[in-house]
Amino acid sequence: MKLLQDILVVDFSQFLSGPSASLCLADFGADVIKIEKPGTGDICRELYVSDVVIDGESSIFHAINRNKKSYTADLKCPGDVFKIRKLIERADVVMHNFRPGVMERLGFDYESVKQINPSVIYASITGYGEEGEWTKLPGQDLLLQSVSGLAWLNNSSSANPTPMGVSVVDMLAGAHLAQGILSLLYQKGITGEGGRIQVSMLESALDFQFEVLTCYFNDGGQLPRRSAVNSGHAYVAAPYGIYKTKDDYMALAMADIVELGELIGCSELVLYSDKKDWFEKRDEIKSVLARHLLNNTTSYWLDILEPAGIWCSRVFDYEQLTQEEGYKALNMEVVVKTNNGISVKTTRSPITIDGEQLSDSKGAPGLGEHNNEIDLKFEIGVKPEIIDAK
Amino acid sequence: MYLPLKGLIVLEFSQYLSGPSAGLRLADLGARVIKIERPAGGDPCRKLSIKNLWIGDDALNFHAINRNKESFTADLKDVEDLELVKKLIGKADVLTHNFRPGVMEKIGLAYTDVLKINKRIVYAEITGYGRKGPWKNKPGQDLLLQSLSGLAYTTGDEGDGPMPFGLSIVDSICGIHAVQGILAALIRRQRTGIGAYVELSLLESAISLQFELFTTHYHSKNGIKRSAVSNGNPLLGAPYGIYKTADGYIALAMMSIPQLKQVLLIEELDHYSQQDVFEKRDAIKAVIAAKLLTQGSSYWLERLKMAGLWASEVNDWNALRKTDLYKSAQMENRVVVNGTESYVTTRCPIRINGQRLFSDTPAPLLGQHTEKIKEELL
Repeated sequence: MKLLQDILVVDFSQFLSGPSASLCLADFGADVIKIEKPGTGDICRELYVSDVVIDGESSIFHAINRNKKSYTADLKCPGDVFKIRKLIERADVVMHNFRPGVMERLGFDYESVKQINPSVIYASITGYGEEGEWTKLPGQDLLLQSVSGLAWLNNSSSANPTPMGVSVVDMLAGAHLAQGILSLLYQKGITGEGGRIQVSMLESALDFQFEVLTCYFNDGGQLPRRSAVNSGHAYVAAPYGIYKTKDDYMALAMADIVELGELIGCSELVLYSDKKDWFEKRDEIKSVLARHLLNNTTSYWLDILEPAGIWCSRVFDYEQLTQEEGYKALNMEVVVKTNNGISVKTTRSPITIDGEQLSDSKGAPGLGEHNNEIDLKFEIGVKPEIIDAK
Repeated sequence: MYLPLKGLIVLEFSQYLSGPSAGLRLADLGARVIKIERPAGGDPCRKLSIKNLWIGDDALNFHAINRNKESFTADLKDVEDLELVKKLIGKADVLTHNFRPGVMEKIGLAYTDVLKINKRIVYAEITGYGRKGPWKNKPGQDLLLQSLSGLAYTTGDEGDGPMPFGLSIVDSICGIHAVQGILAALIRRQRTGIGAYVELSLLESAISLQFELFTTHYHSKNGIKRSAVSNGNPLLGAPYGIYKTADGYIALAMMSIPQLKQVLLIEELDHYSQQDVFEKRDAIKAVIAAKLLTQGSSYWLERLKMAGLWASEVNDWNALRKTDLYKSAQMENRVVVNGTESYVTTRCPIRINGQRLFSDTPAPLLGQHTEKIKEELL
C-alpha cells in the first residue's frame, strides 16, 4: 500500500515552492490535482530556463509537476467555482502559494474552505508572512536569499555577496510545507481534525541558517566573516574549502592541519601546531595549502589523503558526475511519459521505502488534461438540468 | 497547545546534523525524542563547537540542534545495555540513525533485527551514498557531498573555481527528507498497523535538491553554465543576480530587459532585446553591472520598486534584524538551560492553526533522562 494512498490534494500553487511540496505528496502516493487557470495555467509552464523547451513547456515545469493531474477552472466563473467547491468537499489537503488576500477575494481562504470541508488541512506559503506592508513584496527566491542574509555566507570575503545557485528558499519552504501537511494528516488519523499550516519563505530561509544564526544571537552580534581564500563555510576553520590542483579541483573538509601537512609533504603547514590558529589564521593557512596543492594532480593528492582517513573528495560538474558508477548505482534518473507521448528524463524522489525507490512513470499533465476524468470521478460535472435550462 | 505528533516516541541514534535535525523537527511537532548516546562522550557534536561558543560543557550548536530532546545513555556493545535499548525499541514509534552501512548490523539493530522486536516501528536510516555502489564507504560529510553532487558548480561566477554553499545544505535537506518519509510512513501505519524501512542518503538528497538543474541538464544540448557576471542561478537569464552599487549591493530577479532599460535609463541596453537574455546573458549583465556602480543602492531600488520590478536590498543579519519585517516574523526563540542560563536560537518555521511553535526546553545533558526513561518506559 502506498504511504498516502487515497489522499486527495487540491493544489492551487504555482512555480516551485508549493508545487515542490505537492510533488513530495504525489511521490508518496497522494492524488494531486493542480487547479489551473484556463488558457495559461501554472505560469511555470512558460518559465523557460536556459532555453530548454520540452514539448512547448519548460523543462522545470516537467520536473516539478510529474505525477500530478491538471484541472482547469476559472475561479471567477460561478459554474467553475461550484465544481471546485465540490472537489474541496472531498479533499484531504487544499494548498496554495498566492500572495495574502488573493484567496480571500476568490472565496477560498481557510475560513471559507473550512465551511465547505470542516476536517480539511489547509496549507499556504507566502513570501513574508500574512501581515504587514511587506506582504505585497514578491516572494521570489533570489530576493529572499538577499533579504535574509544568506548571500553573505557564500564566496570569499572580497567578492560580492553571492546567492546560492539553486532556488533553495523555494525548495525549503516547500519541504517545510510538506512536513506540516504530513504532521496534520497524521493528527487527522487520530483525532479526525484537520487544521491550518502556514509557512513563509522568510521563516524557512532563517530556519536554514539556524546553526549560524544561533552563534550570531549569542556572540554579541558578530557578523559572519567569510574566508579570504578558498571559501567554504564562514564558521569553519582551515582547511575547509575547495582547492585548485595541477589538473582540476578537490574538496577538503575538517582536518588536522599538522597531520595534513605531513601527509602532503608541506613543511610550512606543519608549523601550525596550535589548534586555535586553524580558525584565527585561517586565511594564512589556506593560502599556504592552496599554493602547495597546485604542485600535483587531484588523483595524486586523493591517493595519499583518502587512505589516511582525511575527509576529501573530487569536485564534479553534472557531466562528470553522471558518468560515475557511484551515481549510476543510485538509479536516480527516471523517464516519465506525458499523455501525448513525450518522454522526459528527470530525477525520482530521494526516499526509499521498504527497499523500493519511489518512482512513477507519469509525466506532467497537459493543461486541463484531467477535467473530464475528474468531473466523472467526483461527479462534479455540470448537471444535465443546468444544460437543459440553457 | 495540542501538537500533531503528541504521543509518538522517537529513538535517535543519529549524530551530528542530518539525523538530529530531523529529530528536532519531530520534537517541535510534538514527538518525544530520546537521543540514545554512548556513555563516553555521547553525540560527538557535543564537542564540535563553532566559534568556541559553549553552554555548560556542550557546544552551542549542539544545543541548537538538540533542544527539546531527552538523553538516554547506553553502551551498545554491553549486553545488558543492549537489552534495555531493545526494550525501549519495543515501546518506540520511530528510530533514526546515520551510521555508516554495517554499523547497526554489527550491533544487531539493523532493520530486520528491529522488525522482530517491533513491527510497528518506522526505521529511518541515513547513509552518505546509499548502501551499495563504489562510494558506500566514503565519509558522508557535507562539503564532500556538495563537491561530488555538482552543487559546487551552481554557485559563484563561471571562471571562478567551484564554489560551495556556505551552509551544511546537504545535511539539512536530507534531515528534511527524513522527516517527510517518517511522517508518511506513520500515516500509512494508521491503516496497516505496520511500520516501514525508510532509507535516505545524503547524495540522493543533494541530487534531489538540484532536480530542476538535473532535468534541464538531461535535455540540454549545450550544458548548464554559471553566468560569468553576478551569477544568481545557472538556469536563469539576465539580469538575475546580485550587483554592486556605489555604496552597497542590490539583487535583481527576473524582469523584462526593455523595462529595466527604461526604468534605469541604461542606453547601452538598446542593443539587446528580451530574446537575448540567455544567449547574451553575460554581455547584458556586464552592461547593467557597470551602470549600477554609478549610484547608490537606495537610488536604484526606489526606481525599481516604483516600477514594480523584482529587486531588493542585500541584507546582512545586522541590517535584517533592524527591519520591522524581521521583527514581525518572530523567529527568535529563547531557551532556558537552567534557572540562570539561557540562550537565543530560532524556532520551528512551521505555523499550525495560526500558532508559532516556540519551545524553551533545552538540549539534554548527556544521560540526563536515563533513569527517568527507565522508570517510565522500561
